[in-house]
Order: sequence, then C-alpha cells, then structure tokens
Amino acid sequence: MSQGGISTGSSRFFLAAQRSLRSQEGIVLILAAAAFTVFSFLLPSFLSAGNLIALVRSVSILGILALGMALVVIARGIDVSMIATMVVSVAWAFVLARTGYSFNAALLIGCLFALTAGLGIGLLIAYGEVAPIFATLAAGSVIYGLGRTFFFQLEMQNVPPGNEWFAEIGRASFLGLPITIVAFAILCLLLHGVLTRTRFGWQLYAMGSNPAAARTTGAPMRPMIIAQYMISAVVAYLAGLILASSASAINARLFNSTMIYDILLVVVLGGIGLNGGNGRVRNVILGTVFVGILLNGMTILNIDYTVQNLVKGLVLLLAIIADSVVNPRDEQTSQQGDL
Amino acid sequence: MSTSILRKLLLTAAFVVTAVTAASAQDQGLENPRSTLFHQELKDKKVVFLPLSMGFDLTEGWAAVMRKQAARLGYSFEIRDPAWSTDAGTRALSSLITEKPDVIVLHNPDIQSYARLIKQAQSAGIKIVQINLESNSTSDSYVGADWTEIGIQAAEAVAEKCDTGKGISTKIAIDTGVPTAASDVFQLDGIYKVLKQHPAIQVVSQQATEYNAEKARSIMDTVLQQHTDLCGAIGIWDNQDTGTASAIQQAGKGNQVFLVTSGGGNKVGCENVEKGLFNLYISYNVPLQGDILNAEIARLLQIKTAAGEVKTMYFTPLTQITKANVNQRNCWTLDDLK
Repeated sequence: MSQGGISTGSSRFFLAAQRSLRSQEGIVLILAAAAFTVFSFLLPSFLSAGNLIALVRSVSILGILALGMALVVIARGIDVSMIATMVVSVAWAFVLARTGYSFNAALLIGCLFALTAGLGIGLLIAYGEVAPIFATLAAGSVIYGLGRTFFFQLEMQNVPPGNEWFAEIGRASFLGLPITIVAFAILCLLLHGVLTRTRFGWQLYAMGSNPAAARTTGAPMRPMIIAQYMISAVVAYLAGLILASSASAINARLFNSTMIYDILLVVVLGGIGLNGGNGRVRNVILGTVFVGILLNGMTILNIDYTVQNLVKGLVLLLAIIADSVVNPRDEQTSQQGDL
Repeated sequence: MSTSILRKLLLTAAFVVTAVTAASAQDQGLENPRSTLFHQELKDKKVVFLPLSMGFDLTEGWAAVMRKQAARLGYSFEIRDPAWSTDAGTRALSSLITEKPDVIVLHNPDIQSYARLIKQAQSAGIKIVQINLESNSTSDSYVGADWTEIGIQAAEAVAEKCDTGKGISTKIAIDTGVPTAASDVFQLDGIYKVLKQHPAIQVVSQQATEYNAEKARSIMDTVLQQHTDLCGAIGIWDNQDTGTASAIQQAGKGNQVFLVTSGGGNKVGCENVEKGLFNLYISYNVPLQGDILNAEIARLLQIKTAAGEVKTMYFTPLTQITKANVNQRNCWTLDDLK
C-alpha cells in the first residue's frame, strides 16, 4: 500500500474490511459469505431457488423465536423459558379443541396462557428482582411441568381434526414464498419498527446499555420488563402455531431438545451482545441465515449427526470468543446474571 | 339277624349322609390350590417401570396395560419418569437398586448407558425385563421388537419399489433417530444387510432427526431439492416421520417417493397410512407387547431362580400395515387400553 500504486477504491475496500473484522457482525457476515460461496461451487443444486427457499424456511421458526429473544437480550435480559411456553400453550390449545371447545376459543386460551406465563416471569424479574437467567430457567421447568401434569398426557399433539385450514397455513405460500418465511419477514419488519421508531424501543436500548441511567431519566423500568417477557411469550406462541401448522403437530419434547441453545446461537452469532444495549433486527437475520447455510450445507453433504453437532458447537464457541474480544468485559459491562 | 340288618341300614344311612354332604360340597366347587398360590405369590410384590419418558404413545400404552394387571392381581406398580434424560434415568436406576423392588421393567435410551447397572441390579436380586429397546447387557427377559427384522422388512419393501428398472431412480434416503439407540443401531444393520444384495440402490442421505418431526421435515425438504428423482425413504419412527411425509407431500411427490416407517400401531400412525402419507407402516403392536410383558412379569414374580440366572427373550410379531389393512385389530388408541 505504501507504494502508492493501489487505487483509492481498493484502499477503501481494505478499510471497510478492516472495520468489519473488528465487529463480530462483520466476522460472521464474512464467514456466511464464505460458506455460501463454497457450498455454491461444491454442491450442484445449492444455488437453486428451491433449495434457497428450503434453506430459509428450515430456520424461519428459529428466526422468529430469536426475534423474541433479541428483544429481551437487548434490554439486558434473557428468556430461556421460550420453548416451554411455546410447546405448552400450543399443545394445551390443541387438547382443549379436542375436548369440545371451538378451535378459535382454544387458540385464544392458549394465547392467554402464554401471556400469563410472560406476566408471571416479568413480575418475578421486575418485582422479585431475580436474575433473568435463573427466573426463566426455573419458570421453564414450572411451565413444562404444569403442562405435562395438568394439561396434556401425550407429548405429541396433532392438529385437531376438522381444521384443515390451519394445516393449510403451513403448506400455503405467498408470492412463491412459504408462509413460514413470510411470517418471519413480517415479524422482522414489525420488530425493526418497534426498535427504531418507538419510545418503547429506544428505552429498551437505554435499559440495556445503562439501567441505572435509564431509571434516573424516568424510564418505567418495571412495566418495561414485564412487557418484554410478555412479548417474548407471545412470539413463542406464534412460533409454536406456525411450527404446528407446518409439521401438522406439536411435540412437547422440544423442551428437552437443544432448541433454546440454537436460538441463543442465532442471537449471539448475529452479533447481539449478551450484555445488552446493542443489536438490531439485521443481526438476527444474519445469525439465522448463517445457521441456515451451515445446516443446509451439512445436510446436503450428508455429514454425520455427531460431526454436525461438533461443528455447531465449535461455531458457537468461536462466536463467543470473538464476542469477548470485540466487546471485552469490564466493570461497566459486567452484570448480574452474566455467567 | 336283626342286628345285622340294623347295621346295614345304619351303614347305608351313613353312606347316604356322607354322599349328600360331599355332593353339596361339590356344588360349591373345589378350591384350586394353584390359583390360591398364584394370587398369594403375586400379591404385595413391587414392580417398577423405568421408561425413556412417559408422555408418548408407546410408554403410555405399555403402562396402561401393565397397570391394569397390577390392579387385578394386587401387586404395586410404579413409574419413574426420567423425561428423556439419560442422567436422570441412571440416577433412578441406581436408587432402585437400593430400594429393591421385585421386578424392574426397563426401557433403554441406548445400548450402553444402563449396561453396568443392569448387572448390578441383578446381582442385588432384582429381576429385570427390558422392553422394546435393548441394552448390550442381557437380563432375565427381553420383550420387544426385533429391530434387525424391521430393518430387513423396510429395506426389502423399498428395494421392491426402487431397484434397477422398478422406480423413477434407485435413490433412497434414510431418516434415523438418535444414532446410539438400539432402534437405530440394529435397524441400520438390517437395512444394509438387504441393501448389499441390491447394489444398484444408492443411499443418498442418512441423517439423524433426534425424533423431531420438524427436523425430519426440513431434512427431507432439502434432500428432495438435491435429488428430485428420489424413489424411496425409510424412517425409523412414525412420530418423527409425519414430518418426513409432509415434506414429501408438499413437494408434490407423494406418488413418487415410497415411504416406509415403523411404530407401535397407534391410531395416529394408522390415520397417516389411510391418508396415504405412509406407504408402509411396520407395527410392533403395543397392546400385544403389553400383554406379553404382563405374562413375563407374572412369570418372574413366581419363579424361584435367582435374578439373572435364566435369560430369555421374545421378539414380538410385526404387522405390515398398508391402506388395505388399517383396521380395529391393528390400530389402537390409549383410551382402548385403559
């Protein structure tokens, strides 16, 4: 560069590259682009429209859940009870619909249950001042336990018969895109609007970057916390409905799977720091798409299950290391519940 | 003379009285000492069921059948539910060894995890029946599907449709569950034994779904993008393969891809056969397995041999369910069993 023979265009490129390497988002973007290019050359039908749609669709539900999680994480919280809320509220709605309630009433009750769960968790964190990770970890077990004990006996609940329109939603498409992807896109736009255009959104960032200052300047901290967990619960419920309509059933066993870590993987990979105060919808999209590319490519390459888990684990580890290099922990950023 | 007549009369009378008494006793039947002993021996015994998890068709079905017999014969029947956690299951089994029930009915998460504890339990005098998923360590009894046979039947059915010149191509996909479970390990062995005799058939994808229907759906979705001429698919469990089937239907390839799956014969699985989602459903018939399990429990509670001394096994019969024989006899609901 010192020779001066390199055009300003390319030096600007290097500058941009340097800048993006300093942020985790940039690193993941480069990794995603690299993986995408490699797979496009290696795998004959990777770049086909059909496969790209399948790719995004396979991670859309994960993406929707990650949107809910992102909203909470930005305000310095975490909600690991999302899967429990999702499976119990939807499974209960299906059971009710089979026992004589109209399907619509049952869906409404399911939604109310999710809201109540969110409210309970919010109260626990806002007024009980329990660290979010512990409150939601415990709440997850309580919600799942309640469901298994009182609401339904079988973990696998099929969509109640006679509601073909519901299963149709999962199969339908809009402008050639499956409804699952459309729902993800709409929620992305909605959350983007909330985060950038509303007072609620700005206060979320304020709470995340400096709770003490946010309180002093008059942000209604406690109602805000309750609202966040209620929103993430409703998002979980929506994700559950979409999941159920696309697989014709909901399986409460998902609570025991690694899905909640996959959601965190998306959030952290996308570059939303777990210590709050930063992150946008585009980070969630980036994280979701990157996980999608990885999973899709590994499925096409027919890579062994254990190796796939190893790769996923390694990528998460790398992302966390990158996160702590880019956003080093110090007095100011370390927080209660920061494990 | 007269005395002898009198004696004869008396004797006759005595005989008649005895006969009448005996006859009236016969009217009320004879006590069957074997039945009394049977009930006595089973009464107040303790049987514990340690499943993979409660809450799904197989374990709920077996438990319903076992609970019914326990109530009939007066022994106690308990369930320890580790909810899919192998750790919790290991802890439960260890504490059962100190509790010493008479029989443990064990459902193994994989072929290795409980192997040592099974030996320990038997040397502590507890008899063990393994149900449907085996461990590497054999015990007093095993009742359940022969997974190798399921694999063989599934692969033969697919080979019938997809061998050279028979289907659109010779490509097939396999959806497994969790790679270490008996159902996977032995079934794959069965599948590949058959496929070796049909070298033209190529397995283009073999992926684990972790028994998750949505994951199965997205895997099949991706596979069908890559191999639009896929001819057949073998799934390892009906609960997950609703997802596999819905991906095939959505791609509009319901008539092209021949899907074989297996399960306990639950009504939901049968409905999917009726709807044409599963082309062949190999059922290991949970109510029948429950009955055989009950006979084994009763036998083990009676025999006097030490735990682990005599080892038996019974691979339960399989039924191939297609659209032609979806009926009451082959399909069940949980309420039927209660």
